[in-house]
Amino acid sequence: MSDTNVQRRQFLKTSVGAAAVAIAPGMLLFDMAHGKTEAVSSKVRWGMLIDTANCADGCNDCVKACNKENGLSGGLSPTDSQWIRKVELKDMRSGREVSLPMMCQHCAEPPCVDVCPTGASFKRADGIVLVDKHTCIGCRYCMMACPYKARSFVHEPLHDQKPDVPRGKGTVESCTMCVHRVDKGQQPACAEACPNKSILFGNLNDPESEISRKIRTVASTQVRADLELNTGIRYQGI
Amino acid sequence: MQRNSFDRNEQQYFYGMVAAGLLVVAMGLFAAHMMEEHGHIITGMNNQIVWGMPHVFAIFMIVAASGVLNVASIGSVFGKSVYKARAPLASLLSIALLAGGLTVLMLDLGRPDRVIVAATHYNITSVFAWNVLLYTGMFATVVVYLWTMMEQRMNRWTKPAGFVVFAWRFILTTGTGLIFAFLSARQAYGSALLPPMFIVISFAWGLAVFHVVQSSIYAWNGKKHTPEIVSRMKNLLGIFIIGALYLVAAYHLTNLYFAHQSAFERFILVDGGIYPQLFWWGYGLLGNLLPLLLIYTPGLGKPRNVLAASLLVILGGFALLYVFIIGGQAFPLNIFPGYEVKSSFGDGQIGLYQPSLPEFLLGLGGLAIAFLITTIGVRALNFMPHDKPHVVAAGATD
Repeated sequence: MSDTNVQRRQFLKTSVGAAAVAIAPGMLLFDMAHGKTEAVSSKVRWGMLIDTANCADGCNDCVKACNKENGLSGGLSPTDSQWIRKVELKDMRSGREVSLPMMCQHCAEPPCVDVCPTGASFKRADGIVLVDKHTCIGCRYCMMACPYKARSFVHEPLHDQKPDVPRGKGTVESCTMCVHRVDKGQQPACAEACPNKSILFGNLNDPESEISRKIRTVASTQVRADLELNTGIRYQGI
Repeated sequence: MQRNSFDRNEQQYFYGMVAAGLLVVAMGLFAAHMMEEHGHIITGMNNQIVWGMPHVFAIFMIVAASGVLNVASIGSVFGKSVYKARAPLASLLSIALLAGGLTVLMLDLGRPDRVIVAATHYNITSVFAWNVLLYTGMFATVVVYLWTMMEQRMNRWTKPAGFVVFAWRFILTTGTGLIFAFLSARQAYGSALLPPMFIVISFAWGLAVFHVVQSSIYAWNGKKHTPEIVSRMKNLLGIFIIGALYLVAAYHLTNLYFAHQSAFERFILVDGGIYPQLFWWGYGLLGNLLPLLLIYTPGLGKPRNVLAASLLVILGGFALLYVFIIGGQAFPLNIFPGYEVKSSFGDGQIGLYQPSLPEFLLGLGGLAIAFLITTIGVRALNFMPHDKPHVVAAGATD
């Protein structure tokens, strides 16, 4: 083999190697950034069944887990974001007391999505209701329309955001059902954190899922069922 | 003598007014800048009262912008000469008020820098999105209408253009009412009465604004009011005030009849603190009773009484909107009917709201924009109502 040929081969090898080194991290990052490639499908409808009988009065673990997971401050002033809150109920006639977590109910017919002028409020095919932080103009009409007071407006500049949970000053936000975890096959942070396993998360469209089986066997209700919004969050015991 | 000194310095007075207007606009813009810099934390708004003082100003101006065109419609559509002479001024006022109101609405957004997104991303089911089209269309149709009136060669198109404006503003105010009427879960809103209520209210507020501006222009130019015309326009104002009062009463009375609404009505009308006070004293007494007395009491109804009545109607309008918008949000959502509720997020609690200085400055800035457009418009072009002598002589028989 002539010297020229050896040099040529050497040159090609080095070039290919250098190109691979240059491209590989980009390819890896591209993969990471895009996560799963298949789109969400309406064959799945994510939902929760909350057993209020097991939900302990004074327990706040779901709220703490949500704040930690989503990088919320946990402040309780009227201008602070609260994606999930504990509500104490007392039946006005019987005096029976119930405690339950309240958050975005992920309606099948979400009023927030209907009223949003830019379409920033939207419902994913799998039923999760979200706000696109890039198109939200901060008009707060969705907050007026939500029957559950589920949404918060970011009143102040934010610091130390979680990379998986983008937020933005001047935009509206609410429970995302921990969509970033659900897409990785995990449970929402609140469901995982509940010490009494009162929050059952699952696919409402799969008749064999645990949540579907339970909804078939126990009495459950939707909050403000009279509005016929077909909520994804169901409650037992109210 | 006084008149002469005013005439000699009239130009300076004009520039002084423009400078004052610009100063207020600048303060409004500064407030908006602060709100964007620091976030809405510097306002009194929060997660319960999401729309505050800027919306009171903005909605007043937008509703009045539609109502003031009534003066033009009576002229162009129904052919009344007294009003025809006033149609150009009414159109200018409409444009001015709409510009002021929309500026406030836009600058109160959480992200005013993204307002263009409202044009590039359009959600067909949103009444807000419809209103984006209705408001821009209103500007366009009123400008064309003005052009047909001001340009003699276009005069033959005035009537059709007037019809379009007439229809458009009805739809526009319906759209404004629908913003609230579509909020089915809220006790204060979600009523089909709201669009017609807003339409009739707009007649009263628009005519009141028109009276104030017309009186100012007359005074500025040393022009005397014609008693016959004042008498006609004051009677119209009186009828509009009564009409608006009727619909506001119907709205509250129907609510009172529904058992599930009685707690809300009790809050707004009796024990809600500032809200019943503003409703009865601000809207009821100042906005209705006193103006009606000023208009209809024998011996009153003179130009300065009508001017005072108009100013009171405007004041009452602000009071009503404060009660409607802020009181309506302060009352807690009934998420769990039949239960007493409490939480860290204000469930079951009356929302607290203290309007802050930046909100007032932003609202006043919007009013100043309307003031500037009117002042400069009236100065630069011929918007002075010119009544033909025979019309004046014919008086009310026209």
